[in-house]
Amino acid sequence: MPGEARSAPSGDGMRGRGGRSGRRSPVTVPARPLRVVGRPITRHDAWDKVQARTLYGADWHMPGMLHGAVLRSPYPAARIRHIDTSAARLLPGVAAVLTARDVPRNTLWTDVPGQTTAVGPLRARLHVLADEVVRYQGEPVALVAAETPELAQEALELIRVEYEPTPGVFDPEEALRPGAPPVHPEGNLLARWRIRCGDVEEGLREADVVVEQTYRCQVVDHAYLEPEAGVAWVDADGVLTIRVSTQVIEHYRDVAEVLGLPHNKVRVIGAYVGGGFGGKEDVTVEAFLGLLAWRTRRPVRMVWSRQESLLARPKRHPFVMRYRTGARRDGTLVAQQVELLADSGAYAYLSALVLMYAAVTAAGPYRVPHVEVTARVAYTNNPPTSAMRGFGAMQVVWGYESQIDQVARRLGLDPVEVRARNALHKGDALPVGQRLETHVAVSEALERAWAALGPRRAPSGPHRRVGRGVACNLQPYGRIVWLHDWASAWVGYEMDGTVVVRTGVPDVGGGQASSLCQIAAEVLGVDPERVSVHIADSALTPLAGTTTATRQLYMSGNAVLEAARQLRQQVLPVAAALLEASPAQVDLEGGDAVAPDGRRVALARVMQECARLGVPRSALGVYRAPAGDPVEFERGGGRVFPDYTFGAHAAEVEVDTETGAVSVLRYVACHDVGRAINPQSVEGQIQGGAVMGLGYALLEEVVLDRGTNLTTSLASYLIPTAEDVPDVEPVILESGDGQGPFGARGIGEPPIGPPAAAVANAIEDAVGVRITELPMTPERVARALGLLG
Amino acid sequence: MRDVQVRLTLNGEERRIRAPAHRTLLQVLRDDLGMTDVKEGCGEGVCGTCTVLLDGEPVSSCLVLIGRIDGRDVVTLRGLAEGGRVHPLQVAFATHGAAQCGFCTPGMILTAYAFLRDHPRPTREEIRRAIAGNLCRCTGYTKIVDAIAAAGRDGGGIRDAG
Repeated sequence: MPGEARSAPSGDGMRGRGGRSGRRSPVTVPARPLRVVGRPITRHDAWDKVQARTLYGADWHMPGMLHGAVLRSPYPAARIRHIDTSAARLLPGVAAVLTARDVPRNTLWTDVPGQTTAVGPLRARLHVLADEVVRYQGEPVALVAAETPELAQEALELIRVEYEPTPGVFDPEEALRPGAPPVHPEGNLLARWRIRCGDVEEGLREADVVVEQTYRCQVVDHAYLEPEAGVAWVDADGVLTIRVSTQVIEHYRDVAEVLGLPHNKVRVIGAYVGGGFGGKEDVTVEAFLGLLAWRTRRPVRMVWSRQESLLARPKRHPFVMRYRTGARRDGTLVAQQVELLADSGAYAYLSALVLMYAAVTAAGPYRVPHVEVTARVAYTNNPPTSAMRGFGAMQVVWGYESQIDQVARRLGLDPVEVRARNALHKGDALPVGQRLETHVAVSEALERAWAALGPRRAPSGPHRRVGRGVACNLQPYGRIVWLHDWASAWVGYEMDGTVVVRTGVPDVGGGQASSLCQIAAEVLGVDPERVSVHIADSALTPLAGTTTATRQLYMSGNAVLEAARQLRQQVLPVAAALLEASPAQVDLEGGDAVAPDGRRVALARVMQECARLGVPRSALGVYRAPAGDPVEFERGGGRVFPDYTFGAHAAEVEVDTETGAVSVLRYVACHDVGRAINPQSVEGQIQGGAVMGLGYALLEEVVLDRGTNLTTSLASYLIPTAEDVPDVEPVILESGDGQGPFGARGIGEPPIGPPAAAVANAIEDAVGVRITELPMTPERVARALGLLG
Repeated sequence: MRDVQVRLTLNGEERRIRAPAHRTLLQVLRDDLGMTDVKEGCGEGVCGTCTVLLDGEPVSSCLVLIGRIDGRDVVTLRGLAEGGRVHPLQVAFATHGAAQCGFCTPGMILTAYAFLRDHPRPTREEIRRAIAGNLCRCTGYTKIVDAIAAAGRDGGGIRDAG
């Protein structure tokens, strides 16, 4: 593209950052050094957050506001015989008590286009309030709105529900056996995907070594610090308005469907989110708030307690993964046979798609000629599972990265070398048939992460052993190409030369809004502090799609870039005329338009001139992701995602051979982010993702006892504290070859993938045992060491 | 439930508060006084999100019944800023990228403030131990430790405020 000199993504064109030695060389997009993009600037929202000025979902107050609460099923499987709400309705201060009968259209639908290979078209259905049957513990049954939160709780206790417990099924393997209690009438198999490439049996026959192993990973919770919350009211214009903590303002459509309202009569305003990680991707409080506010015609607030959040909101899928990996004597992989079985819990939510992500990435970032992947997901009476950072593509890292380590060990080869030998490169195809069109940084990331570990530490005591492990991964960024994803953004100059960006982006704390300021500032020649960004209002900001799927910087970043470039093209001729120069020679910088000889004119003056001449001072940018038709997975496949982010993590751990306790001594996480728009935000994503992954590896588990959740407190559901984890050293690679703005790739999800396998590999390096079940608690490690008899 | 009346110093101001005896300091601050600079993360004293300084020491305000604060000194995050100036620890959190979603940030800064007051030049390990009662799910803690270490090195202002 003329004027766009992207640096070559190969060889020494790869720039590194981090590892304390990294410095970046300047790049030229467009045709001059970047001034704002690539700088680790302090995010505008950080100043608000350190002063606690940010108003989250639960911080919003309205005059005359009621307080909403949800009655939930205590049983994982039961028939509802009768609900008596009369006592609750009569309690003074109660404004509404709603059950399924009061919901105009008591169904939320998720379409899953491009359907699964065996089960057929799927419309994932979810009742807003349970009608005749409850299918998991915590399923919503009734709603209350009352004058105070205490009254709302009291009213919940006055609702009498007569349940008839029914047999449930709590394990996906059992659920798929003949005669298992059906969770839904259509059977317990929710979806099945199959990917074939080459001939896996032939590949396994060719192999000199075949490693076969089954891995289990657990249910975990997003456990963001901000529980689900929002406030809804019917605005003066009759529009139902919901200000809520969400990753998806487009849920206004779902609320409209539930209430039977036109879509343009519901508005969702996304507050700055106190952590999402996929847990605020599905509808949380929105439909409940909409129902209560519409019924009472008063503002209603709903804030879930921590216990409620941990009990009843969808979680990460537990997987059972059976891997058979074949390799030649020299470490070359020849076959990968993978069977995945996941638990969807009681409802479909996004399970079919999660399993598709898992299937597409199940062979890892390696060239494997013969691959067969079968991925199934079943209904049970466990809490539902749905989106969580990594979305299926992270569970399988635990499988393929444990396998490749064992292949290396079995052959007496260096695990790092075996990975490098098999690493994917640009131009290679994934087993699903998608060719990789941008730089694939697996080998560089591997090398950099491993080197950054430095000299090996000595054990801290006689019963302790130190070991090292590495794990690579790939994670899609952007949505499936047959979803025809797009994002839009409006960018304008004000008359004083400041800049406004409007776009429907929910900011979940990753610097989503702030990065857009940097992009606009870069193109429009102002300091980032001179850019105001208005986000996440379905009525007032152009829609930009969900802050999920590692897509927001990629998609809305491209939309803002597009809008800013258009705007720049509009105003440059006006500036050039004022400067008596040619538009091609004029630059925008420091709030001025600048001629080649250094003469300057303030952008405010340029805007006055634009106004006088009738030249528009704003532009709407729309970015459309690469689109395609659904692929036939068993017939050669094709492109599934716009692109992927690659990385490698290296860990050094110490294992206590008397207790089985594992401590992580050093941790390095390296990813090719294409271009770091804000290196500080990128580092934060990498460090936070890696630590969340370490929690998954070592600590976290939602414990379910026949559908009953035993971990509904942060005292029993353990996420890492500052003492549980080491500093994470981020190493940022910038190939410049991503599909996002300025060559960026997405980095929200990728860093959560590798930690579990990196730690498991390090444990085996230290003490010679292979852990195949998560989390790797002291008890599991002690058992593997034979300490427990 | 009977009401109790308490006198306290709240961010340097004398206040009298009347509230039902079962209410927690957190509920009174957030719901009755509208102080949204105190956040609720778990309501059972585990996550540290609702930390305030009670007579200078960090406590989970969700565990303190309102009757217990009679005659005592309570500082929330807003109380750290002196004369409208942002506290150096707040600056350090912003400039080091220690706030991502920002929900744990008020409690984290208050814990760090009390810690630095008593331990002016801590090691990273000491900082990690000090903030182990304040959960963060976004940052992985590294940048929070960076920010506290930097504020400790700079020293300025840590000893005076509050």
